[in-house]
Amino acid sequence: MTERIERHLYDVVVIGAGGAGLRAAIEARLAGKRTAIISKSLFGKAHTVMAEGGAAAAMGNANSRDNWMVHFRDTMRGGKFLNNYRMAELHAKEAPERIWELETYGALFDRTKDGKISQRNFGGHEYPRLAHVGDRTGLEMIRTLQQKIVSLQQEDHAETGDYESRIRVFAETTITELVLSGDRIAGAFGYYRESGQFLLLEAPAVVLATGGVGRSYKVTSNSWEYTGDGHALALRAGATLINMEFLQFHPTGMVWPPSVKGILVTESVRGDGGVLRNSDGKRFMFEYVPDVFRKQYADTEEEADRWYSDPDNNRRPPELLPRDEVARAINSEVKAGRGTKSGGVFLDVSTRMPAEQIVRRLPSMHHQFKELADVDITKEPMEVGPTCHYVMGGVEVDPDTTAALGTVRGLFAAGEVSGGMHGSNRLGGNSLSDLLVFGKRAGEHAAAYVSALDHRPKLRPADVEAATDTALAPLSREGGENPYTLQQDLQAVMGDLVGIIRREGELTDALKRLQELKQRVAKVGAPGGRRYNPAWHLALDLRNMMIVSECTARAALEREESRGGHTREDFPAMSAEWRQVNLVCSLDEAGDVRLDRKALPTMPPELLELFDRGELSKYMTDEELA
Amino acid sequence: MTDRHFRVWRGDESGGEIRDYDVEVNDGEVVLDIIHRLQATQAPDLACRWNCKAGKCGSCSMEINGKPRLGCMTRMSTFGDDETVTITPLRTFPVIRDLVTDVSFNYVKARETPAFAPPSLAPGDYRMQQVDVERSQEFRKCIECFLCQNTCHVVRDHEENKAAFSGPRYFIRAAELDMHPLDARSDRKEYAQASQGLGYCNITKCCTEVCPEHIKITDNAIIPLKERVVDKRYDPLVWLGRKILRRDQVPGAAPAPVGEGGIPSRGVDGKPLGTPAPAGSSMAPSSTAGVTDVASGLGDGHVRLPEAPPVGADGRMDVAELLATNAGGPSPFGDDQQFPLAQVTYRPPEPDKD
Ligand SMILES: Cc1cc2nc3c(=O)[nH]c(=O)nc-3n(C[C@H](O)[C@H](O)[C@H](O)COP(=O)(O)OP(=O)(O)OC[C@H]3O[C@@H](n4cnc5c(N)ncnc54)[C@H](O)[C@@H]3O)c2cc1C
Ligand code: SF4
Ligand code: SF4
Ligand code: FES
Repeated sequence: MTERIERHLYDVVVIGAGGAGLRAAIEARLAGKRTAIISKSLFGKAHTVMAEGGAAAAMGNANSRDNWMVHFRDTMRGGKFLNNYRMAELHAKEAPERIWELETYGALFDRTKDGKISQRNFGGHEYPRLAHVGDRTGLEMIRTLQQKIVSLQQEDHAETGDYESRIRVFAETTITELVLSGDRIAGAFGYYRESGQFLLLEAPAVVLATGGVGRSYKVTSNSWEYTGDGHALALRAGATLINMEFLQFHPTGMVWPPSVKGILVTESVRGDGGVLRNSDGKRFMFEYVPDVFRKQYADTEEEADRWYSDPDNNRRPPELLPRDEVARAINSEVKAGRGTKSGGVFLDVSTRMPAEQIVRRLPSMHHQFKELADVDITKEPMEVGPTCHYVMGGVEVDPDTTAALGTVRGLFAAGEVSGGMHGSNRLGGNSLSDLLVFGKRAGEHAAAYVSALDHRPKLRPADVEAATDTALAPLSREGGENPYTLQQDLQAVMGDLVGIIRREGELTDALKRLQELKQRVAKVGAPGGRRYNPAWHLALDLRNMMIVSECTARAALEREESRGGHTREDFPAMSAEWRQVNLVCSLDEAGDVRLDRKALPTMPPELLELFDRGELSKYMTDEELA
Repeated sequence: MTDRHFRVWRGDESGGEIRDYDVEVNDGEVVLDIIHRLQATQAPDLACRWNCKAGKCGSCSMEINGKPRLGCMTRMSTFGDDETVTITPLRTFPVIRDLVTDVSFNYVKARETPAFAPPSLAPGDYRMQQVDVERSQEFRKCIECFLCQNTCHVVRDHEENKAAFSGPRYFIRAAELDMHPLDARSDRKEYAQASQGLGYCNITKCCTEVCPEHIKITDNAIIPLKERVVDKRYDPLVWLGRKILRRDQVPGAAPAPVGEGGIPSRGVDGKPLGTPAPAGSSMAPSSTAGVTDVASGLGDGHVRLPEAPPVGADGRMDVAELLATNAGGPSPFGDDQQFPLAQVTYRPPEPDKD
């Protein structure tokens, strides 16, 4: 069959229109490169829109003692020292600039009394640090970046008469394959969801900004877009993934009604004073403060309550521990039979602040519970439980340039799809700022890479034909298996066997089942035509979800310790030896996942000095400290 | 758990029909859950947009029993126990397939609306008071579900008005920038009147009724935009002031500004652009000079806007229509109509239209 394939020529192709993708595209366009932005959903609807709490940046507006070093320290502590120190350093240093820049694009953050950007408390952050707009910060960020892109298009229009002369958005378009020439990126191949027609974007540099993998879990705060496409594209192109065993389960997802199970209840509820109680009415978090955090967290309710008004002289309430701790605590309470009927615990603001203050500070939570659960959070507590939220693992990148490691050249990654920055656990609010900091760097370095090339890599027609055949296969497969059933089965395996608490036996079992599923996925079929056919789209996404799930399960089996977003019941302690190891996934010739151990880069002395020795000794081996 | 009767429009731009389905419904479910169940069981290729399932992204807009709604925020418990639920695509936009419509109209209008013009302040030096940003923040809550655009009678069933009319979503954008404490442009209202088709709007408030974010589109954006346009245009002092002070700035008097790469910048109609906004900062690659200027030639009264005669034949000024009891004149739906509309019969596009 001969397929007509639309061809486009660009300098930089950015896959993903979330915060990271849009920021990268802006930078590439400002560097004078012809840039394409690809998104599976409509422009302005990427997953970033759902972020609620805020973007962390040490601007010091709320507490002048805050600075990049404190932020760096918090990030490393949150990630249990497994973070790539250089990424954490760059992030802490550059986040304020990136946030201020958003104001020049038209963003309107909430303000302090003296007219600066207001900052709020969040779990794991020592000072109020999250720039926010009520609880719809992600919406503000994506709209601001979207409007900045429109404004660049307007500039181009004024100059060339064409809005799309330098930057074009391909909305509702899915990339299914990266096309290489030798080890260099030569383009990206995909289809328009609307029409099912194929397109080929020829470009020497591709920026991956495709977000996460949460759709492999049933209870998740993530949208359908999160099928790990970027992770899988990178692997297939010869790049490597790190830290795939670390998944963040957000402690507070809705648990009732069943159809909304997993939808996020923002951490700002706790940051602004909300408390967790079990079915006996007890504020149970005080019993779950781990030793490494004892010094920073209160041990009585009185001290915890005083902290909201006097943070300098009191320690923080334990509700604001990093997410992995709170998620595990809720999990144990429910297991011990102190949960609610629907398997959660209570999160209460109704007894903590006046109703109008709740409505003003948490408008979208108030709205969400009212509309979806018929619960008025100013009068009743919410019911919450852990939900799969964020993947710390991702494409292994060079910290300064965001270029993917492995064998491929010309591939860059930023945002949730990249790995290393957050170590074993991400602090709330660190993602939105991560998107901006590394999105900008990705755009800048992709542009520089293109400028340095003396010729454009040429792609081979055979590769494009192969990509076409793979994409069309599910449509023509008579009697193939239903993709929705396969997705449910995958979600069951991952949720039951590779969930919050993991055990060796279950992980081995999971790997066996994933192999079986892989064979079934190879025979998936999608009835219907090519025009906007969701069954076909899911059938193609399944392939990516499979690879990524396999990486997670294999790495989870390998890492014999508990740390951040990876908890092994059979190895409950954190191990200083394992802290020195990153688990790196790649694909071998046969297309199977291969796992290697790699040493973590060592922190230079000037950064080590930011911590006291006593603290470091909880994480590091004696030789490292010597 | 019960089985309920659903009717869903299936088809594409060449035509289609309402099909009947019986689907299981559980406690606490929303319409979007039902559509997902249909996809997983009876109609795998049923096309429908969604993303967040939490009312945050504005993807799942559809018409449910004739009312424009978000599928993910419409609980099944809001319908009677054996009420049939009919789901059809947005009517104002061309159907692509099933419940998915071509909403590119909105993105075109977004691109035509002049962007934020940054003041000459360094990043980090912006100072604004909470009370001053709140008014614009209300409009920035917009999730771009386009339900208001779909509902507005100016374009609903009136293809011919689409070229000249931006719609309520972009009126609130204009209002948002107009109220932005630091936006460097001052002609947002005039622009809305002259180029966005604000004049077509007769304040029926249908857009406000359907907005899932409860943005007071008419009261807080459209009416203030209209009022201020009226003030400025009818105030003889303002008018006189403009005439005198701005004479030196008539189009063509200033040399054409130079754009990137030495290419002279031109506006849409070939007129030279206004002076680019001063580059805001030292943070080099991120700050570009001369944002947008699509609305060139309209800046601060370079050009007089089309105006009605300031006084009527009786020598008096017209009473602003805003003061009338039914502001905006009679509703095209009839003045006793309640919104959202209860009884609307959906007519799918004719079979062989193009
Ligand atoms: C409910 C919720 C609340 C959150 N709150 C916060 C918060 O308060 N603070 C914080 O810092 N973080 C928060 N996060 C995390 C943060 O929002 C995400 O990590 C971040 O938005 C990811 O952004 P991104 O740019 O990497 O990708 P996304 O915004 O997810 O964008 C991914 C893009 O890639 C596109 N894409 C994917 N695959 C393909 C493909 N194959 N072809 C073409 N395009 C593709 C998608 O269409 C999309 O446009 C929250 C997350 C959730 C789910
Ligand atoms: S008030 Fe009526 S006419 Fe005006 S924009 Fe809204 S729906 Fe359209
Ligand atoms: S103004 Fe309201 S109805 Fe209109 S697009 Fe925005 S959120 Fe939707
Ligand atoms: S799915 Fe996002 S608003 Fe309904």
